[in-house]
Amino acid sequence: MDKENRAWQWASHTIMIALSLLCVLPFILLFMASITDEKAIVSEGYSFFPTQFSFQAYKYLWMQADQILRAYGITVIVTVIGTACSLFITSLLAYPLSRKDMPGGQAIAFIVFFTMLFNGGLVPTYMVYTQLLDVKNTLFALIVPWLLMNGFNVLLMRTFFKTTIPVAVLESASIDGAGEFKTYFRIVMPLSLPILATVGMFQGLAYWNDWNNGLVFVTKPHLFSLQNMLNRIMSDIQFLSANSNGSVSESLSQMPSETFRMAIAVIGVVPILAAYPFFQKYFVKGMTIGAVKG
Amino acid sequence: MSALTQSRKRMKIWRYWPLYLMMLPGLAYMVLNNYLPMFGLSIAFKDIDYRKGIWASDWIGFRNFEFLFKTEDAFIITRNTLLYNGAFIVLGLGIAVVIAILLNEIRNKFAARLYQSLIILPFLISIILVSYLVYAMLSIDTGFVNKTLLPMLGIDSISWYSEPKYWPYILTFIHLWKGAGYSCIVFLAAIIGIDPEYYEAARLDGASKWMQIRTITLPMITPVITMLALLGVGRIFYSDFGLFYQVPMNSGALYETTNVIDTYVFRGLLQLGDVGMSSAAGFYQSIVGFILVLGANAIVRKFNKENALF
Repeated sequence: MDKENRAWQWASHTIMIALSLLCVLPFILLFMASITDEKAIVSEGYSFFPTQFSFQAYKYLWMQADQILRAYGITVIVTVIGTACSLFITSLLAYPLSRKDMPGGQAIAFIVFFTMLFNGGLVPTYMVYTQLLDVKNTLFALIVPWLLMNGFNVLLMRTFFKTTIPVAVLESASIDGAGEFKTYFRIVMPLSLPILATVGMFQGLAYWNDWNNGLVFVTKPHLFSLQNMLNRIMSDIQFLSANSNGSVSESLSQMPSETFRMAIAVIGVVPILAAYPFFQKYFVKGMTIGAVKG
Repeated sequence: MSALTQSRKRMKIWRYWPLYLMMLPGLAYMVLNNYLPMFGLSIAFKDIDYRKGIWASDWIGFRNFEFLFKTEDAFIITRNTLLYNGAFIVLGLGIAVVIAILLNEIRNKFAARLYQSLIILPFLISIILVSYLVYAMLSIDTGFVNKTLLPMLGIDSISWYSEPKYWPYILTFIHLWKGAGYSCIVFLAAIIGIDPEYYEAARLDGASKWMQIRTITLPMITPVITMLALLGVGRIFYSDFGLFYQVPMNSGALYETTNVIDTYVFRGLLQLGDVGMSSAAGFYQSIVGFILVLGANAIVRKFNKENALF
């Protein structure tokens, strides 16, 4: 029996170590490639053990700092405003739906649920936002379409409110003369921090990683988010120098293009990896916080 | 009498006006973002002319669909979408279950948590960054595979971004790499929830680990597996746009094995300016997708009402 147990431990650890390496090694390759000398890349390719190191790519990045910081700024603004607005309207819709006494709750819950089953897809949504609302090349385009709220989050929050906030608490607040808004902001919200943190984290991640809205609605480089900038550089390595105002373009010929590609990706990965330990707790919790039912 | 109850009902509704007010922003957003586009699906039956405006464009019946289904593309994108998603469902669930069982076996809790954190990493990054990682591996002149791995095996370089035959494997691998660590969390939670007494009883009867997994763990998590599989089937007509568009770098040479409905609709709308074809494909996706969700749910309901979505 003991022997069997030990064999299982060995096997489990071995397989999990292999899988963990599989998930981590590409990031290490990315980093090593970014600090390799451009000439070494040409002869030996991207490698875990480069023969010659160089920070040329990062120096070049530094020369384009204004554009990179701008893209970072756009991403931060979009993530913060988007997540805050999203939590606000999602929870304000979810809370009344959790109240069994409100007339019409069932019907409205179905209206929310139906959006999870059926949707118009890209073309009609694009038409609504460009023909009806004209959001092209605005910050709204990065925040509002698709991302702001979804039926799943509304129903997830509704389930949470339903199961964790005792009706008695709401009733006594009402007897004490608190209005619905006061009850919501003073009692319901503070009791709902776990679900707000979880949904907020998923929303924040979605905004931070979003490139789709930028690809569809934004053509002006000065509104590019970090992801959109990375996306453009992938196909057009000269993108940054083409957009900078003159002084940098003399160095265009000496741009270390292959290592530069890797360095800019490192710049994109680092914030997520750095923040991960802090939100990891909510991450696993969020996945298991409870099933959603219509 | 009925007038009285009606007015009483109206009074009751009036009392709840703050709650209705709270819901207003969210519902307004759903009308804009979800319901207007649903009605907008009707543009698949129009000959869109931007000069006339969308509403004034002419109705042309099924002409867009006739054009779409006459092309070879209609078959290719349907086939690719179904085959990829089918593979993703089967392999994705299988691997996630295996990982969850192994993680649950590991006695060293610190190690188990570390492994879990590491295998979730790929889930956190955007598909744009994934395409950079893939480029570092597969770049023709500088990639790790062509420059280090293949020479070690004595194989010639392969120009990955122009050879469609490799991409079904590459894309499936990337999908699993990115998602398996995350989806195993659900199974792990289900396994942890199993009553330990079952295992104790099994051990007393001399059941091996392997037997315990086969006769206790797997049957106990089967409802979760079925539910996730059916959810997957319900969404089988939709694919991860980023995976199929960004990772192959929109390379035309690869369309045969990388074009799916979502990428077809996107390219038609924003790159080729073929709104008719694009909206017809989108309509096809929305309607068939809807039918599949309802069908999948009906099947779940038949077996187990508890697990049905609605």
